[in-house]
Amino acid sequence: MNIVEDKELRRELILDNYQHPMNRGLVEDSSYLCCNTNNESCIDNIDMQLKVEEGIISDIRFDGEACAISTSATSILIKSLVGKRVEDARKILKNYKNMLDEEEYDSALLGELVVYSDIPMQANRIKCALLPYHAVCKMLNRLDEV
Amino acid sequence: MNRDDFPILRQNIVYFDNGATTLKPQCVIDKMVDYYSNYTSNIHRGEYSFAHKTNEEYDGVREIVKNFIGASKNEEIIFTKGSTEALNMIVFGFFKNKLKEGDEVLINKAEHASNVLPWFVLQKDSSIKVKNIELDENYELTFENVKKSITPKTRVIAISHISNVVGDVRDVLEIGKLCLENDIYFVVDASQAVSHIEVNVLKSHISFLAFSGHKMMGPTGVGVLYGKYDLLCEMQPLEYGGGMNQAFSSDGSYELKTPPSRFEAGTPPIAEVIGLGEAIKYIMSIGVLNIHKHEMELKQYLVSEMEKIDNVILYNKHSKSGIVIFNLDHVFSQDTAIYLNHYNICVRAGNHCTKMLKDDLGIKNTCRVSMYLYNTKEDVDKLIEALRVSKNIFKVIL
Repeated sequence: MNIVEDKELRRELILDNYQHPMNRGLVEDSSYLCCNTNNESCIDNIDMQLKVEEGIISDIRFDGEACAISTSATSILIKSLVGKRVEDARKILKNYKNMLDEEEYDSALLGELVVYSDIPMQANRIKCALLPYHAVCKMLNRLDEV
Repeated sequence: MNRDDFPILRQNIVYFDNGATTLKPQCVIDKMVDYYSNYTSNIHRGEYSFAHKTNEEYDGVREIVKNFIGASKNEEIIFTKGSTEALNMIVFGFFKNKLKEGDEVLINKAEHASNVLPWFVLQKDSSIKVKNIELDENYELTFENVKKSITPKTRVIAISHISNVVGDVRDVLEIGKLCLENDIYFVVDASQAVSHIEVNVLKSHISFLAFSGHKMMGPTGVGVLYGKYDLLCEMQPLEYGGGMNQAFSSDGSYELKTPPSRFEAGTPPIAEVIGLGEAIKYIMSIGVLNIHKHEMELKQYLVSEMEKIDNVILYNKHSKSGIVIFNLDHVFSQDTAIYLNHYNICVRAGNHCTKMLKDDLGIKNTCRVSMYLYNTKEDVDKLIEALRVSKNIFKVIL
């Protein structure tokens, strides 16, 4: 059974990433792009940092206060994107958004992010899962402006 | 208490978010439907009989509000969109022209955004100083701390009657006397107080008072600004248009009406004002003291039961209103609110629009239970039961 079908396994993965998230804590380094992201209708509020070196995302960090879904999604997204080329990261982000919008997506690209595949069934939680997505997209878009 | 009067309670919900807004009794709904179904017309404009009835109903609410808050005359009651608009009118319509360089306004860190931001904007645009009165160890605003914050430059004390987070009932009677003795304007945000405790503007020497209808079983979109009549005569309107002018002519001259009409430009929320009047009648038929007694009994019961649950952190068990703020240990408040929603229990999670309180409280966000007359001991039992088994919270919400 995989993480999409096994509810218990899925919960454990989300909980583990909530309680022990990847790369929590910001760095003082001007080579990082920065972005604050928050949900207008709730109280999630996180700061994210992203560093790109030679077309590869070499690091993403975050800090802030957010719910279990937002925090764990941030952690899993970070794991999924660090080490990827920017164009590959964009594909992952696009597929992640499609999954949450209940549109066609390639689950093979998403790895552990598929644990959120049933989030669209809880409409008020979609925004939680999308919180880090918006921040990372904003920072990557800034690369195009340079 | 009176649960059958609230049609929404026929659904299986426990509604503990009364600090945000309250449920509406059938009589308020019926009163507004009656206006829309049977005598819809504008006010102060028509000669037909419907219009006359609308005038009577609308203006009659001023008398009801006047009696409810102990004002001197109907003309001291201005209908607004809500507390926020009223507080903005007070700050920018009165104090913007009144305060001078170096004058001090005293607020505190537990105030709602609507009694903070207008003052901050005024401070930024002028040379006044906004200062915080210190809160005590229970995050409450004591008379002693108010007294010792006053300096010869203090011109305004602007506080909520009951804080919307900590729920402490401020001693407005004594603070009002202090303001009178020191020639200080006293501005009171009564949003969480009216219909929960007795509010009396004359006894408390209140210069200006603001509250919203929807937090007292009335409709949304209507509130009240009370001002002492002589102060209202000095206040400038923030909106100009129909209904508030006496005359104007092509040479650019104009004459404004006297208060309260001067401050109610355009067509007001007529159905909402009429609904508000009905809500106040309903409250008076029950008695504010009875509502307060009921809320305090429920709060004491809730607090005593919460204290038995080891992963519940309580922040304001001492305050004298029906507001309880808490967190579950190591759980983000929004997750707790989502968890309680699985049991059809409605609570608020967040900073409750008091973003400065985190400095003292040490945490940004909490869950808030806010009681009202229709809550019951059974509601509290359901909440307690859900909290008692909350160690499985992530099994429920994930």
